[in-house]
Amino acid sequence: MKRILCTLALAGLAATAVHAQKSAAVLAIEEYRAMLADGNPAELFEAKGEDLWKQKRGPKNASLEQCDLGQGPGVVKAVFVTLPRYFADTNKVQDLESRLVTCMETLQGFDAADIAKTPFGKGEQNNVTALATWIAAESRDMKFNLPQTHAKEQVAYEIGKRLFFQRGGAHDFSCASCHGADNWRIRLQDLPNLTKNPGDGVGFAAWPAYRVSNGQMWSMQLRLNDCYRQQRFPYPGFGSDATVALGVYLGVNSQGSKSIAPAIKR
Amino acid sequence: MKKQHAFALSALAALLVAGCATAPSSADLDKMAADVVKASFRDEGIVKVSVLTPEDINEACTAADVAGKPIDPDLAIKLQDAQLKTIKWPADGKYLGDWKAGEKLAQSGRGLTWTDTADTANGGNCYNCHQLDPKEISFGTIGPSLAGYGKTRGVIADPTSPASKAIIEYTWGKIWNARAYNACSSMPRAVHKGILTEAQAKDLMALLLDPKSPVNN
Repeated sequence: MKRILCTLALAGLAATAVHAQKSAAVLAIEEYRAMLADGNPAELFEAKGEDLWKQKRGPKNASLEQCDLGQGPGVVKAVFVTLPRYFADTNKVQDLESRLVTCMETLQGFDAADIAKTPFGKGEQNNVTALATWIAAESRDMKFNLPQTHAKEQVAYEIGKRLFFQRGGAHDFSCASCHGADNWRIRLQDLPNLTKNPGDGVGFAAWPAYRVSNGQMWSMQLRLNDCYRQQRFPYPGFGSDATVALGVYLGVNSQGSKSIAPAIKR
Repeated sequence: MKKQHAFALSALAALLVAGCATAPSSADLDKMAADVVKASFRDEGIVKVSVLTPEDINEACTAADVAGKPIDPDLAIKLQDAQLKTIKWPADGKYLGDWKAGEKLAQSGRGLTWTDTADTANGGNCYNCHQLDPKEISFGTIGPSLAGYGKTRGVIADPTSPASKAIIEYTWGKIWNARAYNACSSMPRAVHKGILTEAQAKDLMALLLDPKSPVNN
């Protein structure tokens, strides 16, 4: 007991000392972050996504309630942490977003290719993002557990690994140029090492996320898309095999880590 | 009876498929990855899919990374030698331009993404990975700190010594084509790949080596 009190007192002293050293600017940033954590605007997208799931829409005027995200038609709890995975009906490994678009086509009659061609933040893509946000939230605090039993899932991991290390473009960058080692930063931005398990709520386990800097909700597809943009690569198709294989590589590396999605980012 | 037979057959088929499918070699997977790249990327704005055309040095470094091993030292030397030949040395013998222009370049990380245009001024991306002017607190840590670069290497104290000459030449070459000295370095081949011009390389040289540059003060 005495020891605990002593430790507490010391911790208190240390905290005071640290506090005294912090500049007004740093304190202001911390306060701002705390305010943000109080209310994540991602909640608005969650609510919209849940509505969209139940709403009758599209040429077939149907809801998505019979959509199979891997655990049977209509199951949304705990599915996000098992994606991307193999789906027998499409004979493909799919991530959450590409799977949602499949359901929007088969159940609601939307044109999947049309949605894939729609830029992020426009038309049906906004709905895909909202749906993905809600479904990710239905796995909040659960541990990633992607299946690696199907041969195509194993192959996707190996392809994803090769894509992660693929160098190209004007700057010869690969994903690993920024995310290939511990304790790396670009300017002041910390970069997780994604060649191994980066831990709870880091890297793959932190998306979809609301981005405060531009006021946008970002899905994993958009996160990967913008990484490739900054990498000076050409444009990866929405739901393309490259983005899904990368998702398998990142997701399997995060095995056992907790998802905090939808997260909030600067 | 018939049903059972059919079931046994399909189970056998599944086993066979599983057996065959779990066996792609590393080379098979490389080929599959290349096909996925071809099918997944498209031109957008100024960035064309041709920038992903395989090149020996990038292929070799990717293969080493995938295997989780450093690149074979003999292969690395061969690749570096080829890169070294791409470097052009200043015709007028002058290596140092304007450090102020160099600082501006070092600060900028712009250019050559699909949201840039052909007339976007390319930055050098230096502060993204390196510390340079010690007064700049926003710097990356992927590359080593270059604060005090010219001073700590003795170039400021004695710019004409043979040791200084070697450092000046190495620095020039490193900016022109970083991978001439380290085959799998993460640093872009700035002048070789057309990101920066020769004149801009001189400005970055001044930022690193001019006695008046904030890097050395």
